[in-house]
Amino acid sequence: MSKRTEKLATAMADRFGERITRVSSRCGELTFELAPADIREVCTALRDEPAFRFGMLIDVCGVDYLGFGRQEWETEDATATGFSRAAGRDVILPEPQDSFPPKRFAVVYHLLSLEHNWRLRLRAFTGEANPPIVPSVTEIWSAADWFEREAFDLFGILFEGHPDLRRLLTDYGFIGHPFRKDFPLSGNVEVRYDPERARVIYQPVSIEPRTLVPRVIRDDNRWEPDLKGRPDG
Amino acid sequence: MAEIQNFTLNFGPQHPAAHGVLRLVLEMDGETIQKADPHIGLLHRATEKLAESKPYNQSIGYMDRLDYVSMMCNEHGYVLAIEKLLGVKPPLRAQYIRVMFDEITRILNHLMWLGAHGLDIGAMTMFLYCFREREDLMDCYEAVSGTRMHATYYRPGGVYRDLPDQMPRYEASRWHDGADLKRMNAAREGSMLDFIEDFTNRFPARVDEYETLLTDNRIWKQRTVNIGVVSPERAQQLGFTGPMLRGSGIAWDLRKKQPYEVYAEMDFDIPIGVNGDCYDRYLVRIEELRQSNRIIRQCVKWLRENPGPVMLDDYKLVPPSREQMKGNMESLIHHFKLFTEGYTVPAGESYAAVEAPKGEFGIYMISDGANKPFRVKIRAPGFAHLAAMSEMVEGHMLADVVAVIGTQDVVFGEIDR
Repeated sequence: MSKRTEKLATAMADRFGERITRVSSRCGELTFELAPADIREVCTALRDEPAFRFGMLIDVCGVDYLGFGRQEWETEDATATGFSRAAGRDVILPEPQDSFPPKRFAVVYHLLSLEHNWRLRLRAFTGEANPPIVPSVTEIWSAADWFEREAFDLFGILFEGHPDLRRLLTDYGFIGHPFRKDFPLSGNVEVRYDPERARVIYQPVSIEPRTLVPRVIRDDNRWEPDLKGRPDG
Repeated sequence: MAEIQNFTLNFGPQHPAAHGVLRLVLEMDGETIQKADPHIGLLHRATEKLAESKPYNQSIGYMDRLDYVSMMCNEHGYVLAIEKLLGVKPPLRAQYIRVMFDEITRILNHLMWLGAHGLDIGAMTMFLYCFREREDLMDCYEAVSGTRMHATYYRPGGVYRDLPDQMPRYEASRWHDGADLKRMNAAREGSMLDFIEDFTNRFPARVDEYETLLTDNRIWKQRTVNIGVVSPERAQQLGFTGPMLRGSGIAWDLRKKQPYEVYAEMDFDIPIGVNGDCYDRYLVRIEELRQSNRIIRQCVKWLRENPGPVMLDDYKLVPPSREQMKGNMESLIHHFKLFTEGYTVPAGESYAAVEAPKGEFGIYMISDGANKPFRVKIRAPGFAHLAAMSEMVEGHMLADVVAVIGTQDVVFGEIDR
């Protein structure tokens, strides 16, 4: 963590106190978590106050944390079955639609200050609300317009106060939010030309979802900070 | 007399000036535009979701297909994000090769932009001129990676292989032989670095040719001066990056301000505009062609003098050579694990941005410690630029829409992702 980043971190902590929580980072980037209710106030201050001057919103990104850290193939013991037989076909189990774990959806903001040459990441978990809602920052940065529309389209996150929250990337009349982890990779519907009706029709997908390479998490001592640089054995 | 009403005009998605699959719904007052509503997503392939279902290295090829005229810069952003999480740095020679190819890519992109932008607003010759030079650079892509466009050349830990010692040559055919063939192969007698150096010697004169045709051209100026003006304040608000931001007079370039790889060692200038109109952005990009040429020359010089590895020799991350794999049990295991499962990346998140030809191309990557990314978010520069379309064309004539689409340098591979 460089001195410059540390300076920003201190300034942030002094200014916003308990409203923001710092998240430790492996690669020296500065991340803070905050509650959705504080987003507008904190962001306005970050943009306007001379100590910060985050004039640019680089990115707004929705994240679905469902199944974070879960493996598709547990290999504690040697197996005689192999992945193709051992792994379930359901890649991610669907969640009941009526409630979300409070830390399922998050909105991540990437800010850039041209004046101070700083980058900053803010993350707000949306809580249990269904559908997930966070306040819009379009009034603070105009760039947020399409980024928020995209997050709404792909994750179903609502942005309160957005002037024109329409779908952006998916097809006209699309149903569902495709980047949610419980949305299958191959989708739900496919299109084909129906010669009888002489038009293009939608029908349920005919392909079965499958995983080619299982998601596995390995314990790797090389990534342990206290073991780094020590000889093997 | 009948009351005159506004009407809506549908532009695209199959319009030749729409640069791909842009559909614009224009609200017109006579021939003046009151509001533009871009409809995008016709090329949406869910690259980010596909990347979540594959081991890290298998998605590098998808990055080429985002902004398909600046292929290697996209790869660069992606491998940088992985390298940042892994905490590794490629060998110095690989860093120089990456910088050189980033700049070759920038020239490729700007030539494509110049040709298409010229064609859109009535300068047919530009297209032919630009493709003449693009051909040489695409040959470099092919020589180094095997493909002319979608290279998949950058890998976490370096680049796939070292630069070839011999530049591929044209062979005799029914159409080309004898003196003709000799002329075509004149620059290709030596190594690839010789060929690139020869190109950098020729290229500034070619840029002069483009400028002779356009810079003082009355028609070109009529179509671009004072069209699509963006003030520096608005450019920041709208999240503009790259030439779009510099055209408005803000000297911001990640290669200078937040240097990655060996850009800190390079000697080059950042051109900026004054008025923030289409003409200034044209001038900025033309100057960037010259500056990129300068950087390439510096890289060629260094690469000639400093042979060395182009890939880390950490076999937990990089596959061992074929020879080692066949003769060594440990290497065979590494090879097998890398190609069946891939490598795991420590849990955490990173954002890596590169100065792509169109602006800041960033990859935000979240890893949960698995062999596949948990979430990849692609921050495409063109996305923010196109979002400002309505603001840029408001009050202009219908024909100026084409000039603004051109000046934004939109490519739908990266906008729709």
